[in-house]
Amino acid sequence: MNEIANYFIAFFILAGAFLSMAATLGVIRLPDVYTRNHAASKAATLGVMSILFGTFLYFYFLEGHFNSRLILGIAFVFMTSPVAGHLISRAAYHTGVEMTDRSVHDALKNAKHMTASKDTE
Amino acid sequence: MLDTVIHIALFCLALSMIGLIYRVIKGPSIPDRVIALDAIGINLIAIIALISIVLKTNAFLEVILLLGILAFIGTVAFSKYLEKGVIFERERDR
Repeated sequence: MNEIANYFIAFFILAGAFLSMAATLGVIRLPDVYTRNHAASKAATLGVMSILFGTFLYFYFLEGHFNSRLILGIAFVFMTSPVAGHLISRAAYHTGVEMTDRSVHDALKNAKHMTASKDTE
Repeated sequence: MLDTVIHIALFCLALSMIGLIYRVIKGPSIPDRVIALDAIGINLIAIIALISIVLKTNAFLEVILLLGILAFIGTVAFSKYLEKGVIFERERDR
């Protein structure tokens, strides 16, 4: 039982560490703030949730107590990290951070113009 | 086996935090830096979980929740400041 639990814990922790490194590679390599936000807020969230789940399995199977704070931590990271990514990306768009040259379409351009004209009224 | 795996994972997380610090220093715009700081906070949660496995204690697990809440509040405050110029707005009719 404990040997099988060992393999599951190792799998979840290694998957989480790999996803976290992938998120960092995206944050370093991608060309503009929106794509970086895409990498950071998805891959880092899933990586941390995976590591927390591995830690939960460790404390449940090997130490023998059910730790509800880790479950709460998983739920909290799952809820708040995409919301934080959305908020900072919206703030970047409204403060006029440029998209990369390779982007072909800006569907929000008219909406931005409308809010700007509404502010001047 | 598990000990080796946890140390490898800690090394990977340390590498990824170095990369994020590079983005905090270099990032051309302010939202880049805020995104990288938010990801550093999220990575610190994972590091604390792994360190509590290494030390075989469950005394640090409150810190996970605390860091999650603090990273979220910090990012929300920064994005509100960047967008509107204030964090706490005043009441309008008085």
